[in-house]
Amino acid sequence: MGAAVFFGAFFWLVSLLLASLIWFVSVHLSDREDAKLQYGLLIFGAAVSVLLQEAFRFAYFKLLKKADEGLATISEDGRSPISLKQMAYVSGLSFGIISGVFSVINILADSIGPGIVGIHGDSPYYFITSAFLTMAVVLLHTFWGVIFFDACERRRYWCLGVVVASHLATSGLTFLNPWYEASLVPIYIITVCTGLWAFVTAGGSFHNVLKCLSCKQEADSRVMMYSALRVPFEE
Amino acid sequence: MTELSAHLPQFQHGQLTENFPDNHLSNTNDNSERRRHDNSERRRNDNPGSETNGQPQNNIQQVVEDEEEDEELTLKYGAKHVIMLFVPVTLCMVVVVATIKSVSFYTRKDGQLIYTPFTEETETIGQRALNSILNAAIMISVIIVMTILLVVLYKYRCYKVIHGWLIISSLLLLFFFSFIYLGEVFKTYNVAMDYITVALMIWNFGVVGMICIHWKGPLRLQQAYLIMISALMALVFIKYLPEWTAWLILAVISVYDLVAVLCPKGPLRMLVETAQERNETLFPALIYSSTMVWLVNMAEEDPEAQRKASKNSTYDKQANQTQNGDAEPDDGGFSQEWQQQRDNRIGPIESTPESRAAVQALPSNSQTSEDPEERGVKLGLGDFIFYSVLVGKASATASGDWNTTLACFVAILIGLCLTLLLLAIFKKALPALPISITFGLVFYFATDNLVQPFMDQLAFHQFYI
Repeated sequence: MGAAVFFGAFFWLVSLLLASLIWFVSVHLSDREDAKLQYGLLIFGAAVSVLLQEAFRFAYFKLLKKADEGLATISEDGRSPISLKQMAYVSGLSFGIISGVFSVINILADSIGPGIVGIHGDSPYYFITSAFLTMAVVLLHTFWGVIFFDACERRRYWCLGVVVASHLATSGLTFLNPWYEASLVPIYIITVCTGLWAFVTAGGSFHNVLKCLSCKQEADSRVMMYSALRVPFEE
Repeated sequence: MTELSAHLPQFQHGQLTENFPDNHLSNTNDNSERRRHDNSERRRNDNPGSETNGQPQNNIQQVVEDEEEDEELTLKYGAKHVIMLFVPVTLCMVVVVATIKSVSFYTRKDGQLIYTPFTEETETIGQRALNSILNAAIMISVIIVMTILLVVLYKYRCYKVIHGWLIISSLLLLFFFSFIYLGEVFKTYNVAMDYITVALMIWNFGVVGMICIHWKGPLRLQQAYLIMISALMALVFIKYLPEWTAWLILAVISVYDLVAVLCPKGPLRMLVETAQERNETLFPALIYSSTMVWLVNMAEEDPEAQRKASKNSTYDKQANQTQNGDAEPDDGGFSQEWQQQRDNRIGPIESTPESRAAVQALPSNSQTSEDPEERGVKLGLGDFIFYSVLVGKASATASGDWNTTLACFVAILIGLCLTLLLLAIFKKALPALPISITFGLVFYFATDNLVQPFMDQLAFHQFYI
């Protein structure tokens, strides 16, 4: 599983590389002086990047599925040791971690050094909002991973469409920064909704949560079983 | 030398050499002496990587195993090996990057090595390119010459020379380079220190290091020391190699590694084969192993027998016996009371070296379950060094800073993972440098030139993708 995290990160990085290549080429082919055009190209680049990320998530799904099948065929009981749900979680988490880290690490490094936030007229809340946005992005990627894999597994392609659309929406909402009320609040609403959806997709329910919180009965029944097994032995 | 080999419990005791049933990934002799020469001034562990997983020569008893079980175990332990190597490689890189970021000494230009005589501060780009190509060519030819020298020395059994060489270079690394490192760290943090304390610290560090690496010591300590000397060596390279030269050297050395390990007449391959023919163990100090390689006495003369009896069980697994034929009573680590009890229960049995050897020779099925867990992987220190050089250079000179460093880090680890996968599939000596360094270089240049401006613009407007 540890290696799977790195593979997920690798796939995300490759998608980012391709997207920045496209953006770079488009910038160099266009007029550098035109600010509006550059802004437009940046938005275009971001959209392409989102689409490529989802495409690579799909590619990662295919790869993991193949690996899963391979493991299943050579294992003793025909079932693979890792469940698809675990893989979905790991893939989402790896995408989330690398995406979050890439977004925020330079900001963190700069935040150590001497400086004043927003001295040129930008928002003074840059750091804290970056932190919150990054957290939302990491969580979102994790949830999207779970939903995406489940949708691919059960061939519910409309789910895939919704995931891609929500990713595009999230990215688009960040274009409203620094109008943080309009960007942060909807993004968090999307995060919570996606979280609930992912929870339900992964098999969770209110009942499960209750059972988890009061985790007593299960252990007892197992004890009964063992003691039942022991009896013939002593004879 | 990069050698990635799964460790096999092997027992060399002159008479009985046998492969235990549970060697799947394995391969015997960890022989990858692809050591690189060290010159007296600077120790360069530039061993191109190779991972050895060669077939054991003396396969007296090949246990017939179920193919599927074989493959399953291979993959399962392959995955375990991946993690076992990720941790030390990551640690080495972390140490190097942390040093580069905090201690400015290693990013300051203070001249160049004699192996790279041409300067890179020239007027035209063409001149700079030419100089760096010449530098890389000189460095690589020095490396090739030294490797061939090493192979020749090994072939003609000049072990003393090789040993002496290794000891001198580890002395240099453990004492001199760490002294410089410590000095620079103190300067960075403005710590007042007297020579006596420093002398005491360096002396202890160095002596314990020499003992751990060349003789016996706790596994973790040995691993820690190997990581530290790789980091020190990588820092030296980062400091003294000019930019373009460094990238060129990395590229050329991975090509060289590929050629040297896979071509039939390659020096490294010849080294591996010679070592396998002779069924010899590796020299220490140039290979990182994740489990106990050197026999720490399964059953040798041990005066602290009682205390060590419990420890022996962990070291037991990779039994690599080298009986040194002493005539002293060898109780095999069993205490007197235990022997009394045993005699009472099952009758008097002497535990002698011969009897223990005979027992060891039996294919033990019980070990099948425990051994694979203990079976380790080995990676040459040259790999650690070059991976760290790549990541360190990325963190020192990239405009993208942390993004580039992280991208290179992920790329290298993925390359290592793929190499391990290939190792599990092909089961022969493989170079560990090419895939990782290729990915690392591609990601470095791509991230620095393409991704960085993009992410920069996005961060400026606080856009998220």
